[in-house]
Amino acid sequence: MNKQAKTSGNVFKKIGQMTDSNLLLLITVVVFILMYASAMIFLGKGFLKPQAFFNILNENAALIILSCGLSIVMITGGIDISVGGVTALVTMSCAVYLDFHNGSVAGAMLLALGIGLGFGLVQGYLVAYLDIQPFIVTLAGMFFAKGLTTIINSNPFNVANEHFVKLKETRVTVPGMGSVNKLGNYVPAYVEIGVIIALLVVILMFFMLRWTKLGRSFYAVGGNRQSALMLGINVKRTRFLSQLICGILAGIGGFVYFLHVGSGAATNGAGAEMNAIASSIIGGTMLTGGVGNIIGTLFGVLSLSTIKNIVASAGLDKAWWTGITVAAMLCIFLVVQSIVVARKK
Amino acid sequence: MQKSKLQLSTLFRKQIFIPLAALLLLALFNLIADPSFFKITLGQNAAGDPVLSGYLITILDYGSELAILAVGMTLVTAASGGQDISVGAGIAITGSVILRMLCGSNSRPETLQMPIICAFLIAVVAGMLAGAFNGVLVSWFKIQPMVATLILFTAGRSIAAWINNNELPIISEPSFGYFGNFIPGIPIPTPFFIAVAVMIVTALLLKFTNLGLYVQAVGINAQSSRLNGLNPTFIKFLTFVLLGICVAVAGLIKVSRLSTINYSVVAKDIEMDAILAVALGGNSLGGGKFNMWASIIGAYVIQFLTTTLYKFKVDSSALPAYKAVVVILLVVFSAPTVREFISAKYKLLTSKNEKEVA
Repeated sequence: MNKQAKTSGNVFKKIGQMTDSNLLLLITVVVFILMYASAMIFLGKGFLKPQAFFNILNENAALIILSCGLSIVMITGGIDISVGGVTALVTMSCAVYLDFHNGSVAGAMLLALGIGLGFGLVQGYLVAYLDIQPFIVTLAGMFFAKGLTTIINSNPFNVANEHFVKLKETRVTVPGMGSVNKLGNYVPAYVEIGVIIALLVVILMFFMLRWTKLGRSFYAVGGNRQSALMLGINVKRTRFLSQLICGILAGIGGFVYFLHVGSGAATNGAGAEMNAIASSIIGGTMLTGGVGNIIGTLFGVLSLSTIKNIVASAGLDKAWWTGITVAAMLCIFLVVQSIVVARKK
Repeated sequence: MQKSKLQLSTLFRKQIFIPLAALLLLALFNLIADPSFFKITLGQNAAGDPVLSGYLITILDYGSELAILAVGMTLVTAASGGQDISVGAGIAITGSVILRMLCGSNSRPETLQMPIICAFLIAVVAGMLAGAFNGVLVSWFKIQPMVATLILFTAGRSIAAWINNNELPIISEPSFGYFGNFIPGIPIPTPFFIAVAVMIVTALLLKFTNLGLYVQAVGINAQSSRLNGLNPTFIKFLTFVLLGICVAVAGLIKVSRLSTINYSVVAKDIEMDAILAVALGGNSLGGGKFNMWASIIGAYVIQFLTTTLYKFKVDSSALPAYKAVVVILLVVFSAPTVREFISAKYKLLTSKNEKEVA
């Protein structure tokens, strides 16, 4: 009894000594697991099938990539609200390129990367070297991308290019996972190509942030720009690179979004920037900079979409419940974060 | 010669110079492109009352909500060093409250359930509550304003739909439309008068109380303002509540224009324009010193730009692209590094000239 109390005391002590990043990550992961487990127990049905979980991934692959980009700029102390607009622009440009100009899929990929790179370069330069507030720069970026999308083509349409449709329909089965359908046949669980790209991005960014010089300097610049400068970090270049990486990831995310919906439309990716910011925050990234974790961001996206699915399947079908529950969840996470930060003072 | 040069350089350094210059540039552009932009005609509306019409009147009319929001947003920006992105959702909430109060449970009322002024006052309370919610998160929980207001940004339109049970009430009473259109017999649109009233009240508030000074002190350094006996928590909270009042006023104008509401479309993206107005006014988005009038002119610059683009038959969905280009040009030229660079070049040029003269 006494020993048990002692170990639990040690656990609390350990939690108390954790860094902000790790503690916030722990909270996010625990909340996600609790949420998904309770959905499985109380709502059953769809949540019990492995495919339900993979569908969350399929639908949010693009959001995961966009959120990774946002986490990186937020860790560096900036913001990028142009990602939704860039997504719309990428889907529309690729759709027009594939269908009206008989383009190849590889060309469309390069186009998507190029658009992301362009936005990243210009926004990064304006933010880092001309020292203009990132909010204003990326706000203008969002306006520009959204406007340009409708200038390219104002009507939404589905892409008919056969190579693209083939790629879009490609499904990767997950070994060992599956369920038996009503007819008694075994249906293996699958993920789309986008999910694999998204997971690769997550792993790559995780390694970059944790073990490379660049990744560490993102944290240093976000934590305290003045001391980062004193340490000999090139602050301007670091901020430029964070904005650039976010732009490129927005391009990739846009293409993955395109691969999922298969259409070009100005409404694609609407509100994605706010969803990505919300996911990053739920995942423990702080907008003040210096604190955050890519794995947390992944769980942030999963939590956000799980709560949306729970609301939808719990019979709260009135349209307003989704908005209100997501906001309530965001509110709780923010308050917890502020308490976590205050605990040290 | 020397004196005029000095005055010019002080004018350049004035904060209000940037938005004024932008306004003049836009006016000049229109004057060259098509002088009929400035034509104002006295016509009659459907009810047979005299009304003024013309592009300038449109700017004054439709710029009102933005100017009202810019007033509140300036205070919030100055005190908290962040922006409120929930004002569009706030307009949906307050507008929905007004309609709910006027209609009761019947969405097509024959008569109004209460005087319009009462419904408006209740909406003001709702706006203040929304502002207080943001204010508590920002000042007590020390969450950045943009993130804290993201909560209401996400939930606001859903709450607005919920207030009216997702119905779209339509008010047939003509006097309700006066606030967003014209009062019979007065040819100038009412929103302009409302905006001017808000500006005057705020200007008087800033002149006769210490609010302006306190807001700046908190914005520049919250810690030292606390050591000087101010209460930064309360002052930040207060600015959010004041913005809530501005949001309610803008909400009244918005629902009055159409006598109905569309929850997902009303005042969409207006928060971005309001923040832009503050930035165009040369105010630092990081808080501190502020100039309310510069923000207001910034708001009218945005409306001027929008109206100009509409006049040149730019499609409404392509509008943001042009807006973005103008905004980027404006912020690049007002960026400190670029300004220093230009003034250094200018000095080099003038000193060379002087040498040559000598």
